[in-house]
Amino acid sequence: MSSDWSLWGLVLACALATYFWRGTGVFVSGRLDTDRPVFRWLACVAYATLAALIARIVFMPAGILEETALWQRLLASALALAVFLLTRKNLFLGVIAGGAGLMLIKVMSDGVVSGLHW
Amino acid sequence: MSELGEGTASALRRAWLQGMREAGGTPAAVLGAGYIGFGALARDADFSLLLSLVSTFAIWALPGQIALIELYNLGTAAPALILAVMLTAARFFPMTASLLPSLRHPRWRAPHYYLAGHLVAMTGWAVAMRRFPQMRRVERLPYFLGFTVLLWLACAAGTIIGYQLSYLFTDLVTLGLVFLNPMYFFLVLCGETRSRLGVTALLCGAIAGPLLHLLVPEWSLILAGVLGGTLAFLLLETGQRRS
Repeated sequence: MSSDWSLWGLVLACALATYFWRGTGVFVSGRLDTDRPVFRWLACVAYATLAALIARIVFMPAGILEETALWQRLLASALALAVFLLTRKNLFLGVIAGGAGLMLIKVMSDGVVSGLHW
Repeated sequence: MSELGEGTASALRRAWLQGMREAGGTPAAVLGAGYIGFGALARDADFSLLLSLVSTFAIWALPGQIALIELYNLGTAAPALILAVMLTAARFFPMTASLLPSLRHPRWRAPHYYLAGHLVAMTGWAVAMRRFPQMRRVERLPYFLGFTVLLWLACAAGTIIGYQLSYLFTDLVTLGLVFLNPMYFFLVLCGETRSRLGVTALLCGAIAGPLLHLLVPEWSLILAGVLGGTLAFLLLETGQRRS
């Protein structure tokens, strides 16, 4: 039971830690005019952070994606982008191609895999 | 639409429904599917269903939620775990600070803005950055709330489905589901970003991210955002002055 409560505490602490940035962003934005250069700089930082996050997940993932090789993730990403562009930017098909593609590449190149329950 | 309709209750309801409709197709399906992966991971980590749902509603950031589960599984000490989740969430500061000024209207009050701030996440943000310039100011907040609340509910549903069906998933399926999200974010940013500012900053960040991760893994995301974003900003400013 005590471990249950500590887990709740952990999740709530993570929620607060996440909201800290959003709340601070709202607070600061009340003092910004959208025409000021600092607004454009913040937008640049936001876009760059998102791109960095995605690049890091593809190049250096943590957790279950670590079970795949870099080339497998890159190939699946290229597949997702290709399908996305070939279907006139159909997000759904592009994303499915990425996810299904990674599973397929994994199975075909590794065959039956030891250890994990594939 | 005539200017007469601006700000009336029915115009605001239309904006709210419009947001829901636009979120209801692919965004809800794909993000919801990503949360199926999260639900399955949460069950494997022995989280209760209620706690998994609370994490979806209260954290509302898939990379952070997955980091929480995976670090918890590794037995990471609580302060280090919370710090790691906090660092992955730092992106919300520039995202919220850059989006919120264009949501403001005398009609809305602080609680509206702090609620909208909580709902800021990649999809809603990228769509709003593109859509807002063509939208009447007063209708932006209801549109944004409609869009993000629907996504929120779809992801809660995804969490429940993944949690309940996790026994069906092999690691291969979970792998595919977890990979849906970076792919979704990748394509959303490719598809929704039309501005020169956005494209330049995305490229700078994509290069800075992995490089900095090699040097300073813990801080790479914040540093890549600040350094990559500043580089993009300087490139754009000097380019503009010359032209």
